[in-house]
Amino acid sequence: MTTAVNIIPIFVIVPLAGAFMISIGGRKLKWLADFLGVLSTAGLFIAALFALKLVNEYHILVYSVGAWKPPIGIAMVLDGLTAFMLVTVNLVALMIAIYSVKYMEHFTSKWKFFTLFLLMLGGMNGVIVTGDIFNLFVFLEIAAIASFALVAFGVERHELEAAFKYALMSTLGSLFVLMGIALLYGFTSTLNMADIAAVLAQKGSSNIILLVSVLFVMGFGLKSALVPFHAWLPDAHPSAPAPISAMLSGVLIKSLGIYTIFRIFGNVIGVTPAIASILMVLGCISMVVGGFLAIGQWDLKRLYAYSSISQMGYIILGFGIGTPLSILGSLFHLFNHSVFKSLLFLGAGAVEYATGTRDMKKLGGLMKKMPVTGMTSIIGTMSISGVPPFAGFWSKLIIILAAVEAGQLWPAVWAIVASVLTLAAFLKAMKCTFWGDVRVGLEKIIEVPFLMKFSLITLALITSVGGLLLIPGIQNVFLNQAVGVMTESADYLIAVLQHI
Amino acid sequence: MAIYLLCLSFFSVGLYGILRKRNIIKIIIGVIIAEYAVNLFFILIAYRIEGRAPIYSPNAEITNMVDALPQAVVLTSIVIGLATTVILIALAMRIFEKYGTFDITKIRDLRG
Amino acid sequence: MSSKERQTGMSVIVRTTARLTVGFILLYGIYILSHGHVSPGGGFAGGVIIALSFINLMLAYGKDTALSKLPKAVTSFFENLGALILLSIALLGFTGGYFFLNFIAKGEPFHLFSAGTIPLLNLAISLKVGAGIFAIFVAFVLLKYEPEKNKKE
Repeated sequence: MTTAVNIIPIFVIVPLAGAFMISIGGRKLKWLADFLGVLSTAGLFIAALFALKLVNEYHILVYSVGAWKPPIGIAMVLDGLTAFMLVTVNLVALMIAIYSVKYMEHFTSKWKFFTLFLLMLGGMNGVIVTGDIFNLFVFLEIAAIASFALVAFGVERHELEAAFKYALMSTLGSLFVLMGIALLYGFTSTLNMADIAAVLAQKGSSNIILLVSVLFVMGFGLKSALVPFHAWLPDAHPSAPAPISAMLSGVLIKSLGIYTIFRIFGNVIGVTPAIASILMVLGCISMVVGGFLAIGQWDLKRLYAYSSISQMGYIILGFGIGTPLSILGSLFHLFNHSVFKSLLFLGAGAVEYATGTRDMKKLGGLMKKMPVTGMTSIIGTMSISGVPPFAGFWSKLIIILAAVEAGQLWPAVWAIVASVLTLAAFLKAMKCTFWGDVRVGLEKIIEVPFLMKFSLITLALITSVGGLLLIPGIQNVFLNQAVGVMTESADYLIAVLQHI
Repeated sequence: MAIYLLCLSFFSVGLYGILRKRNIIKIIIGVIIAEYAVNLFFILIAYRIEGRAPIYSPNAEITNMVDALPQAVVLTSIVIGLATTVILIALAMRIFEKYGTFDITKIRDLRG
Repeated sequence: MSSKERQTGMSVIVRTTARLTVGFILLYGIYILSHGHVSPGGGFAGGVIIALSFINLMLAYGKDTALSKLPKAVTSFFENLGALILLSIALLGFTGGYFFLNFIAKGEPFHLFSAGTIPLLNLAISLKVGAGIFAIFVAFVLLKYEPEKNKKE
């Protein structure tokens, strides 16, 4: 339709090209990894903003790879939800790339890190952009396999054990997803997501669709660490280097788990009441169990990882309720959680960088020594535990209000309980780490370098003013486009199939 | 119908290996078996009765070909399975180097 | 000395057989790869067979001989080169307006020089896969065991 549509494959091309170029030249040229890593993520972030502008102009854009029209060829779709996720993922990726330039210096072979990082980013962007269900599986595996290697990056005892556990669970999840795709293909004879939705609407419901839904909930639940499937997350996320912890907790579980659940259940299979109540129950269990387990932790990053499980519960709960207001809250919470959880993990990384430990029993009084890290971490804490006026407060408020409005009182109560639990866990973390007197042995530490501070401060600013995204004018541009995709899924189907 | 059930029981064998075995290598073999079961299932879904292989050739008359798309898809899935297996084996070798054992009940520094 | 024997590889029978067959295996891999668009086969299968010829060499003659034919850095370079060639052919499709567009004339079906970009893509894939599988094998062979003392007790 327009030449602007050519922007869609860029999101896959740029990270992959960057990854292979770093892999060729990074061993010899030390600056190449930093340069290409930051440059390509910056370019991707700008492209994502441009994609957001395009979505507001054209509403939905479809790109057919190799000029093969869907449903025969692979389609790439750019709609509100896609643009929303692209902005979120690439914003966090840019901040983490800038942070890693300094942080990864005490690891050997930084170029391997950036290669895997960009491969993972390419996989995530591919999952978000594609409109073909098997293509989605392939990109999902690219991102997942790159992340296994990144979790094991330190090659120490704990890293390896965590990575093995993560790889095993994630592979199991992928197998369930692949089996679901096989059944879906057997039932509908097509792999294009919009076409599947059209065929399903024509054929009516069947027991096979129920089985497929269960397989997808299991598979993507394993990827997004909802509570019965969460065992790998608290090991894998803390074991990785801090930028990768931020990437995994901040965006990977969202684009591999949450986004795929949103897209497949919202636009392809459709949410039946049974699935909606399963998702709500999973969400409530995740919120409360994750919150309780977080309180008991003494490892800073492990505490953050458990609270990620809890916050994933909010997002799934919002999706399960299914009213436009709750989906708005859910997506807004997704964005906020990406920002403040990566901020918190980067803060924990800064503490580890400066002091060499992340055991809360050995830390204390860091506020006096590292004011920037301390302040940004406290902003992140207030945002995640829902203290007004930070962004986390508004998204939690919307989810709770939506639950009450839809008549789901118990989920609303559990959401409030989980919020209190989160506050307790994070107050403990902040008290043990940043407040109080400086511990013996920590007198000589200094603040982290400028590039690391830059990422921390930018993310803290975004989460402080994140509530502004709810101002009607901005909300229409950013959030409502994404909500519209979920609530009017027929539009998605028609637009992709007609492919103007 | 029976062949689908056989395929699912094949998958269950793999799942049993993953969940019940204590040796890391046996667990990896379980993963491989489960992967092959899913791939086989995908191929079986595409089968037509009395169908022939989807090879397009110049002088043969093409009748009753099985569905070609799942075969391409499964080839991709096999490649992904190769990558997953390789990374699992590499991790297992490194784990043996650090812990000196393949027994997962002894590799428990972390508690989930 | 058993360690010296291992360095020079396996027995004479194996080495002779390997020397005679390795060229044919390589040639067969190239055949599978170059006819990928007209008959079953293609980049992945061809790449695996090409890698197998080097792996055979390594099994028969020991790692030093194989690595002198195809050093580790070269393997890694070829692997990345394959990926970059694939990506740039896909990008060249933009000359016709679409990513991955088959922009070369298709020719007649069932001829060796036909099907536009597909043989080139097969070539790129076989570089990537062949180098990748050989690199995996080399990595598994070269990994040195330095068992740590169990610190836990």
